[in-house]
Amino acid sequence: MRLEIKDLHVHYGKIEAIKGISVVVNEGEIVTLIGANGAGKTTTLKTISGLRKVTSGAIIFDGQDISNVPAHERVDLGISQAPEGRGIFPGMTVLENLEMGKFHRKNRKAEMSEDLDKVYTLFPRLKERISQAGGTLSGGEQQMLAIGRALMSRPKVLLLDEPSMGLAPQMIANIFRIITEINKQGVTILLVEQNAQQALQRAHRAYILETGNVVKEAKASDLLNDPAVREAYLGTGAHS
Amino acid sequence: MKIRNYWNLRDWGAGVWEKANRPKRIAIAIGSVILVGLLPFAGASFLATPIAAYDAVLVYPVGIFVLMALGLNIVVGKSGMLDLGYVAFFAIGAYTMALMGTHTGLNTWEIMPFGIGFAMLAGVLLGLPTLRLRGDYLAIVTLGFGEIVRLVVLNSTWSKGPNGIANIPMPPDIGPLKFKLDDQKVFFWVVVVMILLTIWMIRRLSVRRPGRAWEAIRQDEDAAELMGIATLKYKIWSFTLGAAVGGAAGVLYGSKNLFIAPEMFTLNVSILILSCVVFGGIGNIWGVIVGATILGYLPDRIRFISDARLLVFGTVLVVVMNFRPDGLLPRKKREKAIVKKGADA
Repeated sequence: MRLEIKDLHVHYGKIEAIKGISVVVNEGEIVTLIGANGAGKTTTLKTISGLRKVTSGAIIFDGQDISNVPAHERVDLGISQAPEGRGIFPGMTVLENLEMGKFHRKNRKAEMSEDLDKVYTLFPRLKERISQAGGTLSGGEQQMLAIGRALMSRPKVLLLDEPSMGLAPQMIANIFRIITEINKQGVTILLVEQNAQQALQRAHRAYILETGNVVKEAKASDLLNDPAVREAYLGTGAHS
Repeated sequence: MKIRNYWNLRDWGAGVWEKANRPKRIAIAIGSVILVGLLPFAGASFLATPIAAYDAVLVYPVGIFVLMALGLNIVVGKSGMLDLGYVAFFAIGAYTMALMGTHTGLNTWEIMPFGIGFAMLAGVLLGLPTLRLRGDYLAIVTLGFGEIVRLVVLNSTWSKGPNGIANIPMPPDIGPLKFKLDDQKVFFWVVVVMILLTIWMIRRLSVRRPGRAWEAIRQDEDAAELMGIATLKYKIWSFTLGAAVGGAAGVLYGSKNLFIAPEMFTLNVSILILSCVVFGGIGNIWGVIVGATILGYLPDRIRFISDARLLVFGTVLVVVMNFRPDGLLPRKKREKAIVKKGADA
């Protein structure tokens, strides 16, 4: 299993949001894309999951070019996304939300209780909220639900779009701890983050995006100690 | 806001239904159907409509409105797509009835599948290119489609243009039940049967995969796609089923009215049916039925005040929507979704 993006270009109307990005995610890795607002992080993720159309370039997954496969079929291939802003179904209960994550699985009935247990083990909080409407959960709980729901489809690669957005520091630490845990269970993770500090601590490798281009690619630990990166993304450079 | 708590008919009704066991439920269902079936005999009571014949009012607007509102509710209420051109499918059904009824020897029941079929075909043809759009964009395109259908029949010779088509045959008698112009009980019963079939279909689908897919699409379309739901396919299904019901209503309307003309299929009808859905409670079939019944019946009941009736009608709409913004019988609360601005189409 290997996810590879080759010279990807994506447009919103006439505006080119992604200007030739190449990213590789190897099996078992946590790879993070970091960058400021408008760098193209979310667009890259949406293009991998199929919500955005590719202008040119290729997305190769398991040796197959999937750039023309519709989004709902990419889930079958093993790509699952917890979207930006969490994207849970606000009017469905926690359980119904999780069940939706299995919508496309052929033997969903047989897998259901086993996978629900897995999610509840990762997020005990969700089990307490099982019959509560998704829209009434706190931000952190919604993020847990979004990640849990994405896991229900038994993904090979999990795409996470800013899981830390709008959360309290303690909850952020909690979510990132669980992300590492999920990775240890054998799920490859592509993580998009603005919280570079946390992301770089958890990831194996990182790409830095600026206005639709990859400006740097390195081991996450190297970037964490890179003075330029510290100044630009970790906010601790010039003044420390 | 407080008024709602005293008025929570939906929870009361749902409570009664939840508590009832199977025989009791069957009794409630049969009892309500019989009560509705007896409605045409209540013509001498306070229900009587001045000027227009009471039993005819029960068929159109009331019965047909309920049927159409149920159909539109599949599209607007269940899967959350704003369709402002629903009248198009109604018109296609009615013109199928008119043309086939006057040119071939087929009767209403034999034409019904054609009417439904053509409406569904139109639904697919319109849906394939347009259902990729969302929200306001879809509303505009469907609005345009409704106008196109009306303008085509207005300007074509085969549809006799603005003169419309007359001498549409009545449905053949069903055994001892005879269709008569001055006594439309039988027609009302036929419409009730169509309504029951529609309710049955919607309830079946709602608890199964299509219902869950529509619900997901309505609440968050992108997330639905990420769940592996073929959103376009399910949206087209929803659109097409709505169209089928509209087409069936059109066939019935054609053979009830015996005459149809393009002016009967204006944008107003689409808006009125949409009002029925919103007024009654978008997404809840019982609410939609109540809404369509009231909005169909009220203008004829107060016809004695002549032109002022539309003023009263409008006032009722405004007042009710202020006090009950989710409709008379809203859908279950947790099903209510914060509608995301779906502008990126």
